[in-house]
Amino acid sequence: MAAVTRGSFSVFRRLVSQQYRRRCFRLQTFRSVRTLQPLSSTSDRKLQMFSSRTLHTTIMSRGPIVQFKLSDIGEGIMEVTVKEWYVKEGDKVSQFDSICEVQSDKASVTITSRYDGVIKKLYYDVDATALVGKPLVDIETESSSELIQEEDVVETPAMAREEHTHQEIKGHKTQATPAVRRLAMENNIKLSEVVGTGKDGRILKEDILNFLAKQTGAILPPTLFQEIQPPPPAAPAAAAAAARPAATPATLKPPPIAKRVFTGKDVTEPLKGFHKAMVKTMSAALKIPHFGYCDEVDLSRLVSLRSELKSLSESRGVRLSYMPFFIKAASLGLLHFPILNASVDEGCQNITYKASHNIGLAMDTSQGLLVPNVKNVQLLSVFEIAQELNRLQTLGTAGQLGAADLSGGTFTLSNIGSIGGTYAKPVILPPEVAIGAIGKVQILPRFDAAGQVVRAHIMQVSWSADHRIIDGATMCRFSNLWKEYLENPASMVLDLK
Amino acid sequence: MMCRVRGMFPLLRGRTGNQRSWSWSWSSRFFTDSGSSSAGLVLQSRSTDVHQNLALEDWIDANVDLQRRSVLLLWRNRPAVVIGRHQNPWAECDLKAMRRAGIALARRRSGGGTVFHDLGNLNLTFFASKKAYDRQRNLKVVTEALRRLRPELDVRATDRLDIILNGHYKISGTASRLSRQSSYHHCTLLHSADRSALSAVLRPSCPGIHSNATPSVPSPVANLIDHAPSLQWEELVEGVAEQYNKEFCFSSGTVLVDPSDETLFPDVGRLEAELRGWNWTFGKTPKFSVETQLQLPEARRSGRLQVDVKNGRIDGCSIDAPADWICERLSGELSAVLVGERFCPNAAAAAVAALLRCENRRMRELCAAVLQVMG
Repeated sequence: MAAVTRGSFSVFRRLVSQQYRRRCFRLQTFRSVRTLQPLSSTSDRKLQMFSSRTLHTTIMSRGPIVQFKLSDIGEGIMEVTVKEWYVKEGDKVSQFDSICEVQSDKASVTITSRYDGVIKKLYYDVDATALVGKPLVDIETESSSELIQEEDVVETPAMAREEHTHQEIKGHKTQATPAVRRLAMENNIKLSEVVGTGKDGRILKEDILNFLAKQTGAILPPTLFQEIQPPPPAAPAAAAAAARPAATPATLKPPPIAKRVFTGKDVTEPLKGFHKAMVKTMSAALKIPHFGYCDEVDLSRLVSLRSELKSLSESRGVRLSYMPFFIKAASLGLLHFPILNASVDEGCQNITYKASHNIGLAMDTSQGLLVPNVKNVQLLSVFEIAQELNRLQTLGTAGQLGAADLSGGTFTLSNIGSIGGTYAKPVILPPEVAIGAIGKVQILPRFDAAGQVVRAHIMQVSWSADHRIIDGATMCRFSNLWKEYLENPASMVLDLK
Repeated sequence: MMCRVRGMFPLLRGRTGNQRSWSWSWSSRFFTDSGSSSAGLVLQSRSTDVHQNLALEDWIDANVDLQRRSVLLLWRNRPAVVIGRHQNPWAECDLKAMRRAGIALARRRSGGGTVFHDLGNLNLTFFASKKAYDRQRNLKVVTEALRRLRPELDVRATDRLDIILNGHYKISGTASRLSRQSSYHHCTLLHSADRSALSAVLRPSCPGIHSNATPSVPSPVANLIDHAPSLQWEELVEGVAEQYNKEFCFSSGTVLVDPSDETLFPDVGRLEAELRGWNWTFGKTPKFSVETQLQLPEARRSGRLQVDVKNGRIDGCSIDAPADWICERLSGELSAVLVGERFCPNAAAAAVAALLRCENRRMRELCAAVLQVMG
């Protein structure tokens, strides 16, 4: 790896190249000897890119403002339309970061930065016409970045730098910080060959070092990670660093315990859209005086019935769970207790007994808690309810439940047990007056009629109802009826309409 | 002339083994210095899924070293509408009709206008280095191929980079994308597309859209088989591949590839997921506003709706309903609830349903009218 040096950095440059061969990264060595000489272009000399980069490890120096011009796109195109800005004034950019998207004559081009620095000025608004050859943005670069303007930069065999093009972007952007890029360039590693393990496939220092280790078989000591850090300003640190020779595995030092600084910040954002509407619904819901009533149901017979029917249902293309049975049983119960399928107006002056049983099913979707309902359950068979549930579930997972499915419910069942839990205290969704929360089915020991301990499939249910119009006894009798239907599914057959 | 070089792939897979970090360089090496002597490569996609094929385009653009070789990709899709990078899907196509017909929507990364793809439309993507970017030459491949196959057809490329048949009908449109050192230029070629489906779907989703997004320029189109009924699909594909080799002096056979194969195209699944996502397809829409009337049959009058949409989400909304029919507070509440939601009737339906639980019939009517506008 030819280390061609230049200017007043020659000594340190050589030092670096020696260490470089031994695969140590002593970048901090240079910080104490950094000078701010303007580097005039002697473009014929080759120089290592990293030398200019080492000078801006951590200190952002105020360098010259460069006018980044829109360069030629080819085909004689002289003007383009700016379609989207990826940066705004004051943003920090690195080389190869996307700046904006322009469009010309059916060609879409992404303009990337040639420099590291801070965006100082955007010359065009979105939808404005930008002219080729005129400035696009002003970037305040670090002083040393002037070197980047050199076109004949280092040509090492493994990584030939192409001719200058201003639009330097990869369609698949390799994410890596400038420090990591420097490391890669020093070692002639192509970033596209390194697997990034950071967020979004970002390439971290560790990835480069691992890659190197694989190539050379060397085990790099963990102390290396500590060395590439902002050094203390005192000069002794530099001397000490220079004095330390290439670390070998034998001289492993325990890494110093870094003081953890918590940089998390509270984030406040306004509640919008669906969540805002939920606030309103739930506030209204809690104005209703709730009372709760819980019970447990022995589903052993239903479990065996369902396992018998499951294959038949699947042959018809419908997945059969327990919910269709719960829903149908609830509807049968509502026929006897229509007050549970009612609605009261705002002042609680009038009660409306709803004719159709539109039983809602609380569904946890990516949008939040949605309650689509199955319309007219009183007319549907268990199989038809299962079909309708399948349809709603598919729509729910796709986020495509429409207004028709989401409105018009008269009674709700919430199967929280599918996620977990036993007893719950559900909140009534206005304008309904009752709701049931179904827990998970557990296998528990129970006594049968003969006094023997048997395995029973037990499920808990928790009802809530509007105490202004529904009393405990009504709820209790409804629950008993519902429980009866589920514990003896054969009795459902007698009452099916 | 067609040599299927599928035999190469098992060789490749055997060598990549389990080291993921090496498989990148292996597959890219296949594209750079493979055994075949040509510096050009003709690929044909097995998939008819528009997102998979677009992801494959992205992958080739990002991962193949196009300085040393050029690639021609031939592909076709099941019915789908493909909009340009900076276009507005609500303005370009009828989303409700598409959902009903099961037609997919995709946004490509290149600019230009909206096209309707189906299995009768051949897509060609010419990948080359930025220096070798020459769209007229690429179109010449297509026109020469057609001239060889059916000399009686009059096909020529225009300045706007369309291909016109018999002086009147457009059979091909073009779009392209320029990257750091690579470029790609893709164009369609209408062989036997279903033109009735096209017209049903390529119209705005809702009235009253004001937008600065790239508009589409409609033109009269025709299928090749309308004028050359004996031209077979396979014949066309082979003819184009052959002409590509002739024009650029390559000698590549056509290789069939599966765009979802991660061993050949590592990480293509992620590119596909990104292209399929809502944030890319709808969220990249330049900001626009909708101003339209609200149909309120019960009120026997109409209201007005004004919505600003930014990044696909409602940024500002104002609903004007007759004040004697529904009080202003309620229409204000509906506007407030819609802000921040996606401009999509299903996303808004969830918010609206929650709101409607506490409100009356008139509110329901107003909400239904607003959701109807969204498509």
